[in-house]
Amino acid sequence: MNVFFYIAGAVAIISTIMAITGRNAIHSLLFLILSLLAVSVVFYLLQAPFIAALEVIIYAGAIMVLFIFVTMMLNIGLEKQTEKKWIRPGMWILPSILAAVLLADLVFALRGAGAISISGQIVEPKQVGISLFSTYLLAVEIAAILLLAGVIGAYHLGSQKKKVTHRFLEKK
Amino acid sequence: MLTVPVQIQILLAGILFFLGLIGLLVRRNIIFMLMSVEIMFNSAGLVFIIAGTHWMQPDGQVMFIFILAVAAVEVSIGLALILQLYHHFKTLDTDAINKLKDKR
Amino acid sequence: MKILISLIPAIPLFGFLFLALAGKKVPQKVAGFVGAGTVGISMILTFAVSSIFIGSLHHVKTWSVVLWEWINTANMHADIAFSLDSLSLIFMFVITFVGFLIHIYSLEFMSKDEGFSRFFAYMNLFVGSMLILVMADNLLLMYLGWEGVGLCSYLLIGFWYKEPANGKAARKAFIVTRIGDTAMIFGIFILFLSFHTVNIREVMYNASMNWIAGSPIATLTAALLLGGALGKSAQLPLQTWLPDAMAGPSPVSALIHAATMVTAGVYLIARTNVLFLLAPAVRSAVAVIGALTLLIAGFSALTQHDLKRILAYSTISQIGYMFLALGVGAWSAAIFHFVIHAFFKALLFLGAGIIILVLNQEHNIFKMGGLRKKMPAVFITFLIASASLAALPLVTAGFYSKDQILWYAFSSEYGSVLLWTAGIIGALLTALYSSRMIFITFYGDAKTEPSFKPGKLMIVPVSILAFFSIVGGFVELPDSLGNVHLFSDLLNYTLPKVILKNTGIPDYFFQVLSGIIVLLGIYFAYLVYLKKPSAAESFRHSGLYSFFEKGWGFDALYDTLLVRPVVWLSEIDKKDFIDIFNKGLAQLALLFNSLLVRTQNGKIRWYLMSLAIGITLILTYILTR
Repeated sequence: MNVFFYIAGAVAIISTIMAITGRNAIHSLLFLILSLLAVSVVFYLLQAPFIAALEVIIYAGAIMVLFIFVTMMLNIGLEKQTEKKWIRPGMWILPSILAAVLLADLVFALRGAGAISISGQIVEPKQVGISLFSTYLLAVEIAAILLLAGVIGAYHLGSQKKKVTHRFLEKK
Repeated sequence: MLTVPVQIQILLAGILFFLGLIGLLVRRNIIFMLMSVEIMFNSAGLVFIIAGTHWMQPDGQVMFIFILAVAAVEVSIGLALILQLYHHFKTLDTDAINKLKDKR
Repeated sequence: MKILISLIPAIPLFGFLFLALAGKKVPQKVAGFVGAGTVGISMILTFAVSSIFIGSLHHVKTWSVVLWEWINTANMHADIAFSLDSLSLIFMFVITFVGFLIHIYSLEFMSKDEGFSRFFAYMNLFVGSMLILVMADNLLLMYLGWEGVGLCSYLLIGFWYKEPANGKAARKAFIVTRIGDTAMIFGIFILFLSFHTVNIREVMYNASMNWIAGSPIATLTAALLLGGALGKSAQLPLQTWLPDAMAGPSPVSALIHAATMVTAGVYLIARTNVLFLLAPAVRSAVAVIGALTLLIAGFSALTQHDLKRILAYSTISQIGYMFLALGVGAWSAAIFHFVIHAFFKALLFLGAGIIILVLNQEHNIFKMGGLRKKMPAVFITFLIASASLAALPLVTAGFYSKDQILWYAFSSEYGSVLLWTAGIIGALLTALYSSRMIFITFYGDAKTEPSFKPGKLMIVPVSILAFFSIVGGFVELPDSLGNVHLFSDLLNYTLPKVILKNTGIPDYFFQVLSGIIVLLGIYFAYLVYLKKPSAAESFRHSGLYSFFEKGWGFDALYDTLLVRPVVWLSEIDKKDFIDIFNKGLAQLALLFNSLLVRTQNGKIRWYLMSLAIGITLILTYILTR
């Protein structure tokens, strides 16, 4: 079972690297979807099948699809030249160093605990559901309102109002 | 039963997070920046699930569901804003959106 | 009586307040009525007071009015108090009478000016201050009036303030008289320290009791007071401001720089005559300065081409005569000349004002001409005034006053032949330049046409002044011509009589001589300027001519000696080291700003990068602590 974890992890990392270094937006998004699917496998291995399903459905299925729709709407998929112009190889150095330093910090912070392995019973989805609707009921309602705000905001921000200027004010 | 050490699991999540950070700092196209933000969100959620399984509590998964909801809202509004940006500036270059520059 | 006396300076001051506060808001007619009316009321009150005064002259020589306490400390006591004697009465008469005529004239002269009410406010303030000066009971109140007239002179010279040259002339007048004022206040300090009082009569009494004639302290005090008189009266060496002061309107030149303010020095010396008698060196200096000034100014007046500058130098010269008279001890003669001079000089300036106004601000006499036929009224009055100035024998008042001075210059106890020679040469010069002025301005071809006829409000005052320029002399006739001594009798209640030495030469000799000199001068001017104008051409281009014209180089001298060093020093002081500190702070702030503003370049990735670096550093620091 452990080897599946390492394979899924490697797939996730490699596809994420491909996603962020890609020139084509659609390709990058598809690589990202691949990464999300790999992470979903990891979730399943971590005894959270419900979450794995949610990851695929909502994250990879809705959010990424939304990304792809907007990218296609903006017609930027074929602009390889612009991307080449904007990213020079030298620009990767400093962020990589930064990330490496932070990674070192993380390793440093984790070295304290010993190798603890997972044991015991898994967490059932039923348990999650009950916890969601009893302990965290208020948070669920707030999340619902947040989604409502998101809907209204997205509608309002996305609408293209035709700019109407009186003919006397038109610059001619 | 997974017997991978917890540190390695968290390390995986960390690597994914820092990859997202690199992507955020390097890319100029705003779609890619938003995408990198999604990578970071995802890795944060992964940490929660790891923690929930480790402590055998449902709270981790509940937290992940909330993160999912927030990420969804954020993406939708972010993309709407990107649409407005594109219609105003006719480009997706973030370096072109420097109107708040201090002029001297 | 006391109330009347105190109202005389108060009413013009009320007029000033009214016009300063509400002058712009009332119609021009009301402002003019108030402005001229206050001086008119003062004039009527002066007449009333004089009649009472003269009527009771036998038992009361000095009237004293104490209004209120001004300064009352342990060491010093000074009141707002007026004392009226014949000297101050004569000055008050001239100030209010001539002043009133000039105010009437100004109603028409300034009628089209937008600063009409401001003009009358300043003029009323001037009349009030001058009256305070001559009526003051103590030296401090006199100094108040002294400063007040200096201020009004500054305000009125620079009346048309929109022209920068006028402001410069006003500042020059103020600064030069300031030098004299400083000397005078030091003199007042010495007097106060010696006698612990500033009341004039007490000071004079104490000085005559306690100081020895010729002692250093008396000489010093008298010299300092003389300095003050020199400044205000534009005598050597402080005479440079008066020709430039002609930048003000002509009524101002008439009132302030001909009739009243410039005679304040004469008043001061006459008032403190005890001190000057106690310091013979200073007293002779007064006479010598008077003689030198009248010669220098006379030569300069001969070469000017601006009508008002001729009159300005003429004023300097005539006040030189008054100083000459004071210096030889002929106190009442000096005051007599002052009164007559006030009449004809004011008339000359008012007439010049009419000419300049009618010829559209033309000041150059060589561009005038032929005005004899075009402006007959002005011609006749101007002619009468010039004749009085030149001291045309027997018919003009100027003859009697100037002749008296010349006679006393020779035969007074302190007089000398040299002084008399200077005076007689001065008389020749006076005749020359006044006839030159008349011939060039009024005879010949008209080079500029008059644009309108002057109105009644301007012609009537000049006519009245012309009348007095003739008739005024008849109150003081010399022994050989009628022996009338009304004027000097009045003054001798206050001032000491002149002491004559026995020269054996009778006075009619001097009168005949001065009359001949005057007629010679007029004839010579007639030859040069009317018969053969080209004879003057070669002289006009010589170096001597321009030397005289520039006022004998005094302006250039003061410029090099005083003005340039002060300006140079202040330029250096502008860049002193104290500024470096202040500027350095500002420069430092700007430097840091220019360095740090580059971090605000509006790029999102830049901000994200700085965020990331910051988080990295903080985390690393916390984890490795």
